[in-house]
Amino acid sequence: MSGNPYLFAAYAATWIIHIVYLGTIVSRYSRLKREIEELKKPGVRS
Amino acid sequence: MKKTFPILGILTAILLSYALYMALVWAPTERTMGNVQRIFYYHVPSAWTAFILFFVNFAASIVYLIKRRPAADIVALVSAEVGVVFCTVVLITGPIWARPVWGIWWTWDMRLTSTLVLWLIYVSYLFLRRFSSGGQTPLLAAALAVLGALCVPFVYFSIWFFRTQHPQPVMGGGGSIDPRMLHVLLINWLAFSCFAFLVCWSRYRLERLQRDVDQAHAMESLMDPRGSVR
Repeated sequence: MSGNPYLFAAYAATWIIHIVYLGTIVSRYSRLKREIEELKKPGVRS
Repeated sequence: MKKTFPILGILTAILLSYALYMALVWAPTERTMGNVQRIFYYHVPSAWTAFILFFVNFAASIVYLIKRRPAADIVALVSAEVGVVFCTVVLITGPIWARPVWGIWWTWDMRLTSTLVLWLIYVSYLFLRRFSSGGQTPLLAAALAVLGALCVPFVYFSIWFFRTQHPQPVMGGGGSIDPRMLHVLLINWLAFSCFAFLVCWSRYRLERLQRDVDQAHAMESLMDPRGSVR
């Protein structure tokens, strides 16, 4: 029983899950940055 | 402080790479399962990390229930979120390991089922945090977190109390493990714990920023000379 494809699948799945989650954090950060820029603009009301 | 995060990030990346090398190359191949047993080095540390994060969620929820500190509420939210990510890894890697070893992807055995229930409890916690907008949400979430935490020891000890297909625990289970395997397991656990800490840290900063921005929006609405509600 070698199971190399299963081993690869498990390790790949682990990193895909973590990278997707990190991606959501990064996208939330950039959305917040845009919101902060909007708030800093004087007299701008969206 | 600004430099601490990137430095820790680089150190964690090095540690994770070293742990990966140890798991795939250095660790001895298990006699009966072969290479597929190496899933163990990702599956078990992910489970331990998830349990620790759920414990942090429990402790922070207790602090919030007693002292009503917003920082404790943020720690509770962040640890639950990252804990769910690690628990998802456990629930995905487990069946991938089970298929070649047991011949099935899933069985409704006590350890597997209780882990799934634990995951569902914390996912519902996150749904509550995300979609409930009332002022009582942190309080309700903290109460749910305390109840959810009761499930963690049940999941861990389920393999002692019930006859299950899942192997006995590595630590304190009465079984034996090759010292080299144990060494690699602990390195991977350390690496994933450092990674989880950094993710929690960045998520904590994000949540604080989000709350500041929400507060600024609320202030802006209040100061709007037209008195309009946006």
